[in-house]
Amino acid sequence: MAKLSRLAVWKFASCDGCQLTLLDCEDDLLDLAGAVDVAYFPEASSKMAQGPYDLSLVEGSITTAHDAEQIRDIRAQSKHLVTIGACATSGGIQALRNFADVSDFVAAVYARPDYIDTLETSTPISAHVTVDFELQGCPIDKRQLLEVIGAFLAGRKPVIPQYSVCFECKRRGNTCVMVLGEPCLGPVTQAGCGAICPAYRRACYGCFGPMEAPNIPALSEQWRQLGAGKRQIRDVLRTFYGWSDPFRRESEAHDH
Amino acid sequence: MMEEAKHGPPALIGPDDLELLIQALTHSGRQVVGPVLRDEAIVYDHIDSIADLPAGWTDRQAPGHYTLEPRADAAVFGYAVGPHSWKRFLHPPVQTVWSASRDAGDGLGFDLAPDPARPYAFVGVRACELRAIEIQDKVLRDGATPDRAYVARRDRVFIVAVNCSQPAETCFCVSMDAGPRAKTGFDLALTELLDDDLHQFLVEIGSEAGAQMLAGIPHRQADETALSQANAVLERTSAGMGRRMETDGIKELLQNNPDHPRWDDVANRCLSCGNCTMVCPTCFCTTAEDTGDLANRTAERVQKWDSCFSLDFSYIRGGSVRSSTRSRYRQWLTHKLANWIDQFGTSGCVGCGRCMTWCPVGIDLTEEARAIRAETGVPK
Repeated sequence: MAKLSRLAVWKFASCDGCQLTLLDCEDDLLDLAGAVDVAYFPEASSKMAQGPYDLSLVEGSITTAHDAEQIRDIRAQSKHLVTIGACATSGGIQALRNFADVSDFVAAVYARPDYIDTLETSTPISAHVTVDFELQGCPIDKRQLLEVIGAFLAGRKPVIPQYSVCFECKRRGNTCVMVLGEPCLGPVTQAGCGAICPAYRRACYGCFGPMEAPNIPALSEQWRQLGAGKRQIRDVLRTFYGWSDPFRRESEAHDH
Repeated sequence: MMEEAKHGPPALIGPDDLELLIQALTHSGRQVVGPVLRDEAIVYDHIDSIADLPAGWTDRQAPGHYTLEPRADAAVFGYAVGPHSWKRFLHPPVQTVWSASRDAGDGLGFDLAPDPARPYAFVGVRACELRAIEIQDKVLRDGATPDRAYVARRDRVFIVAVNCSQPAETCFCVSMDAGPRAKTGFDLALTELLDDDLHQFLVEIGSEAGAQMLAGIPHRQADETALSQANAVLERTSAGMGRRMETDGIKELLQNNPDHPRWDDVANRCLSCGNCTMVCPTCFCTTAEDTGDLANRTAERVQKWDSCFSLDFSYIRGGSVRSSTRSRYRQWLTHKLANWIDQFGTSGCVGCGRCMTWCPVGIDLTEEARAIRAETGVPK
């Protein structure tokens, strides 16, 4: 039997939801535990083994100088580094600070702002180190996570499509909520969730981030025709993936 | 007048007899699928009874818009086609092709996915949809490499067609010579006839299986009045097409204009989201996804509807051949309306209008084709 691959799971600025997706794998978790050596995963175990690691899964964005240093160290210890979730791949909800002055937030939230040492921006892992694969979602999808881990173990390319949510929505047989009159981000958002929201007659709000070739200005135009205002368009783009390039550019076009 | 009736003369049945027909199809071991109201649209799903049909409802369609409205009468087929098409059943959106697992030794065992146990009966198939099935037959059944699963479903299906009485704003089957009258490819074809107090269906017989099925339910021979009423319904529908497509020379028009500025114009509006291809009843492209489990014990190949609007669709070593939205939209329209003719001897468009209605930004392919023609002139 070949030596098991060593897996590490890391956390930066985030809610832990993506790591929980891993713990949520139920029956598959046993297979995972059999297939890899979980060497470092503080959320799951107090046993924390030293590197190097074959595969590091990284959750969260970089928001402090200490983070920025630590991620370089993690990269140096990891054969493969995969980011999981919106925070790690685009900066997350906390990247809202990038559109404002972070010291105003610190002053408004903390009794002793002088205790807080933070960067001006929340940035994705790829802004600091080379990333081998980025798994999208807020939170990520369990099936997709297992596919990525399985692909890395087998040394093959993960099957993670980058087309729109509409592909999955139509395959599922949903009736298009946008054609029924509700502004939806599905046509510019990457698939992977299985089109959950439209299946319950709710519009997509973009929690898997921009798809491979999003035409957001054309979508915004249709949103306006359906009655959406500038502010609504800006705010919906500035939710989970506000700092991703395509969403940021279009939200800035609706700033004033 | 109706065409020469090869399998028997046209008959008349009432709503109670249609109920008996649905029961008879179910009792014959088929899974009966028909139009139902769900999620604010008329979609195709399993039906048990005429009570499942959207009686008294119609639809209002426009590019990028669809709404349901109540009708003044109790028509059960008084609407145009919705977001679903029959390819969902004959050529399902997601299906396992094969699975493999390690056996006790070190060998591998492969299993083909089983064929569906029960054949389908479709109730409410429109003329444009019959044509779409005929086109998919050419691609998936009659070519050099038939799709096994498609053939297994297709060859056993029983089709009850319906002649359209209510065209939508987005309909243009007349332009594509695909409707509104169901001419071939059905077992039985209904025309819904509504008078002030009389609700009945003219039944035409298209096959021996259809004749046998009709023989099992109460019916009477159609009189001249019913026949002329049915003709009037179809004439009204033909005259009520909301869209028109000029097909004269369209193959050369599109094939000779790959650099037309209109492609840039439409690329600014197109979302590249793939909805048009997913709702199109003739689009047949699929991708195959191979996955394995973490323990490396099992693997499977899953076939899924794909679309020429994804970058992966034209990905070869080094990148995507069609990397711009312009090239992807041009591929879709030119294949559908022109190259399809070279490839399969028929247009890929049946004039159902789904690609317009279900385009989130309402791109109208008849308008795009017209714009290219207007600024070019037809090459003769």
